[in-house]
Amino acid sequence: MVPLNYYLILSAIVFAIGVVGVLIRRNLIVVLMSIELMLNAVNLTFIAFARHLGSMAGQVAVFFVMAVAAAEAVIGLAIIISVFRQSRTLDPQNMQLLKW
Amino acid sequence: MNAATAIFFVLAGLLVIASLMVVFLRRVVHCAIALVTALLLIAILFISLQAPMVGVLQVMVYAGAIMVLFLFVIMFLNPGALEQPSIAWWGLAVILSGLLGAFLVPLLSHYEASDNPVTSTELFGSPDVLAKSLFGEFVLPFEIASVLLLVAIIGAVVLGKREHGSDGAA
Repeated sequence: MVPLNYYLILSAIVFAIGVVGVLIRRNLIVVLMSIELMLNAVNLTFIAFARHLGSMAGQVAVFFVMAVAAAEAVIGLAIIISVFRQSRTLDPQNMQLLKW
Repeated sequence: MNAATAIFFVLAGLLVIASLMVVFLRRVVHCAIALVTALLLIAILFISLQAPMVGVLQVMVYAGAIMVLFLFVIMFLNPGALEQPSIAWWGLAVILSGLLGAFLVPLLSHYEASDNPVTSTELFGSPDVLAKSLFGEFVLPFEIASVLLLVAIIGAVVLGKREHGSDGAA
């Protein structure tokens, strides 16, 4: 059986990669994809702990994270489409209507 | 190293490569395909962790529904222009994320894993057990999640609606 720590380290690495994506990409769709990647890294941690502790609560938490992630993706993409209609760009650098 | 550990390392390597491709490929469609690969690899990891139901849900919800949504939006908006990377932000972001990784990995690897994990039965993670837990102990969050999804549907429709349609009724 694979030790728990391996899964935890793997999910930490994937989470850090997702953070890089959010910080460096200048395309809103890819930023959203990186957020999905981070959510999945956390899900992996939940499942690994559920297996290790023999508790179903981790798997149920992943179920709810999936529901929230689906809602987040839908709303995020709708906002992206709405922004694109307004300003014809996907670059978050150009979205500074509320910038002081 | 037994077979399970070897399989884990193969999956982990592929997952890290796919994640890096999501972040560093320049065309959006390629990023989406890399993300599908990463999500499928995570689904395989779920199944190997005795969570078959969650793994199947992962394939259906993420690799199926959400990715089709992403591809639809990519197709719809057609972001043909490649973004121009700014070197300063790249350096800063890579340094920051390296720090985050250097913080998270020791933190997590110091977790005191008990030598004898809970011996689980064959039924652990089956749809039967998951449903009993979901509709017993966690029934209130389940109902709240349904309201959340309804709000998301309505919000997406309102946001996606044209501002000045032909009919003024809306």
